Amino acid sequence: MELEIPYTVRPRPDTGLYNGKLGIWLFLASEVMLFGALFSSLVLLRSSAPDWPKGADILNVPLATLNTFVLIASSVTVVLAWANLRLGDFKWGRIWLGVTLACGFGFMIIKAIEYGTKFSHQQFPGTNNFFATYYMMTGLHGLHVIGGMIVFAYLIGPGAKMWKEKPNQYTNRVEITGLYWHFVDLVWIFLFPILYLL
Amino acid sequence: MGQKRQIRVGSQWLYPDEAQKALSEALRVMKEEGHEGEHHQGFISKYIFSTDHKWIGVQYGFTALCFLMFGFTLMLLMRWQLAFPSKPIPGFIAQFLSDANAPGGIMLPEFYNQLGAMHGTIMVFLGIVPLAVGAFGNYLVPLQIGAPDMAFPKLNMASYWLYAIGGVLMLFSFTLPGGAANSGWTSYPPLSIIATQGQNMWLLGMVFLITSSLLGSVNFIVTIIQLRAKGMTFMRMPFFVWAQLVTSFLLLLAFPPLEAAAVMQFMDRVMDTSFFMPSGLVISGRVLEIAGGGNPLLWQHLFWFLAHPEVYVLILPAMGIVAEVIANNTRKPLWGYRSLVFATIFLGFMSFVVWAHHMFLTGMGTVINAFFQTTTMIISIPSVIILTALIISLWGGSIRFNTPMLFALAFLPMFGIGGLTGLPLGLAAADIHLHDTYYVIGHFHYVVAPGTIFAMFAGIYYWFPKVTGKMLNEKLGKLHFVGSIIFINGVFFPMFIQGLAGVSRRLYDGGAQYAHAQPVLHWNLFMSVSAWLLLAAQLPFIVNFFWSIFKGARATSNPWQATTLEWAATTSPPLAHGNFAEMPVVHRGPYEYSVPGYETRDFLPQHESGEGQPPAVVTPAVLPLGA
Repeated sequence: MELEIPYTVRPRPDTGLYNGKLGIWLFLASEVMLFGALFSSLVLLRSSAPDWPKGADILNVPLATLNTFVLIASSVTVVLAWANLRLGDFKWGRIWLGVTLACGFGFMIIKAIEYGTKFSHQQFPGTNNFFATYYMMTGLHGLHVIGGMIVFAYLIGPGAKMWKEKPNQYTNRVEITGLYWHFVDLVWIFLFPILYLL
Repeated sequence: MGQKRQIRVGSQWLYPDEAQKALSEALRVMKEEGHEGEHHQGFISKYIFSTDHKWIGVQYGFTALCFLMFGFTLMLLMRWQLAFPSKPIPGFIAQFLSDANAPGGIMLPEFYNQLGAMHGTIMVFLGIVPLAVGAFGNYLVPLQIGAPDMAFPKLNMASYWLYAIGGVLMLFSFTLPGGAANSGWTSYPPLSIIATQGQNMWLLGMVFLITSSLLGSVNFIVTIIQLRAKGMTFMRMPFFVWAQLVTSFLLLLAFPPLEAAAVMQFMDRVMDTSFFMPSGLVISGRVLEIAGGGNPLLWQHLFWFLAHPEVYVLILPAMGIVAEVIANNTRKPLWGYRSLVFATIFLGFMSFVVWAHHMFLTGMGTVINAFFQTTTMIISIPSVIILTALIISLWGGSIRFNTPMLFALAFLPMFGIGGLTGLPLGLAAADIHLHDTYYVIGHFHYVVAPGTIFAMFAGIYYWFPKVTGKMLNEKLGKLHFVGSIIFINGVFFPMFIQGLAGVSRRLYDGGAQYAHAQPVLHWNLFMSVSAWLLLAAQLPFIVNFFWSIFKGARATSNPWQATTLEWAATTSPPLAHGNFAEMPVVHRGPYEYSVPGYETRDFLPQHESGEGQPPAVVTPAVLPLGA
């Protein structure tokens, strides 16, 4: 017996939200606290260190700039995917989801190249606290990117069956994943200047 | 003036309309069961990977009670060592402990440290929080707000199983070489970073438990905001639901920093980073070969940023339960419902800005100390408001002294002692003397053990009929209560005496080596014996619990004559799926007891229509008897 939970698809009139959307906003609030703690730790460690390397001297700024654009582009494409689905265009919605997923891949490949170069220069998390925070923060961010990619892959592949029977719910899922994806993007927009430029 | 006449139905005395409802609900269940038979549900999906919030609540409750018992046992072992330092543990118990932990039955200091760390971890993260939030919250919140289930049933199942995995990892860590985590439940670095492997398992377990709590808290908040029944406005929600809502926000926002800290500590241990490791650390005469430059205090900040709100996660659901039980058994509305709600919300906010009062001894500086002692004094105001409102609620009530009420009443002074003894700890000057003594242990155990755990017992006795359809035995319940309240005070009160005398709380021998501890040392035996007797006092409860499930007196749908939806609008136990045969509509606040001018009964359920009027009489002919 499939249990009917109210407001899974349509918004509750007095709150104006459907359950999933409120859920993802709350989840993102907890993510803000997670990354907030990491950024605070970075500030504390850096301010108490006698010398702290300047990110631009050690890290690959051009590569990271490229990555920033890749990730911002993917935020645009995920909105395009959602907008097309809202208009009932499944084909283009799916294509834009595919582009978003590809951007995620691109980001991770560039990240892997960056990591590889660092490792080959004997720069590991244990080298110093600059690299420790660099690996930890970009690593956790990378895990978030991978998490988002898994969901996109699901929505493009097996999850797409839902479109036929419950197009609204499918569109909602894309919207929720998109909100998460924007957050992941936003974290990077903070990470990039703080780690690479300052 | 209508007489409150009762009729006998089975073994229960009921008001006529109550009997009416019992009959119609019985028919409804019969019909529903016939219906259920067609949709045969597999054993695994029904009992193991269930998505029904009620069964998940039961799973949480049972697991958490087992962990509470286990954590309690660890402490009983420690109390042996404190009462009889370095004497062999009696053979029948010693045979369970390996030679690596207690050669010849004599407990090693390393093992004592493991017991201490794991007692704290298990009690807080695997016992009380899952019981208060996972079990009571899961079972009751959807019922009390008139929802068919939680907003995300599958996520709910995932929360339980993440919790279970976290629990298994914690238990498994005892079998590792070097045993379980042994750096205290706070896991302060650098000690925790150079500790044995068990610490890795502790961190891994914590990540699972934190993830479980995060998913659960999202689920609770969405459920409470989105799935309230028609007419269930925020100010008509039972106080218990408010307590759960604020608790969920605390879990949601306070846990992630600990997750971040756990990741960093894990990296410090596994990848040789130095987030928490200062430069030039010398261990066993050798300088540690690490990059250094880290900050051990950073861990303390991140840890207590979680762990102070966590204290309120432990206490708020307990206050919620006590409020429900008190309103029901005084047969009058809670005093100051609105002030209770706003005090709880304020408490939630303030709990995020008091964490460093756990760190007065770290030398943060007087400015920071002054800030945190000010916020700490401020946070005592809402706590006092809540306690005062609950005490004034008793005023003028004709109190029913049943077992849940006894536990709820005992909560008030016990929590009062716990709260008031906390004030000197919140002031930096007094804290410098008292910190790291048994005084602190006494203080927070008064809040959590005779405070929260008593409230949990009140909740178990109160809602047992809802979950099982059977009443718990009152005589055994009262025996349980009397034994518990005497011995639990025997365990914790002497700790204040020892603490004021300056006995450190981390000593393996309970202070036997210290001259200043000698005058109060004799209390160790007294406390230990009280602890073991406290175990004996739990036996009536355990017997009662299992006996009543099978042989207890049948409960009617509303045995306590309560007003809230979980009693008034459903059967006990509720229907298999969806909770309500028809969705309740809420017409009034949660505590309409002894409504003036309404003489039929002394309670007016939330879902019955007609302002202050007796519900419309349904004649038996309407029922589809024999139809």
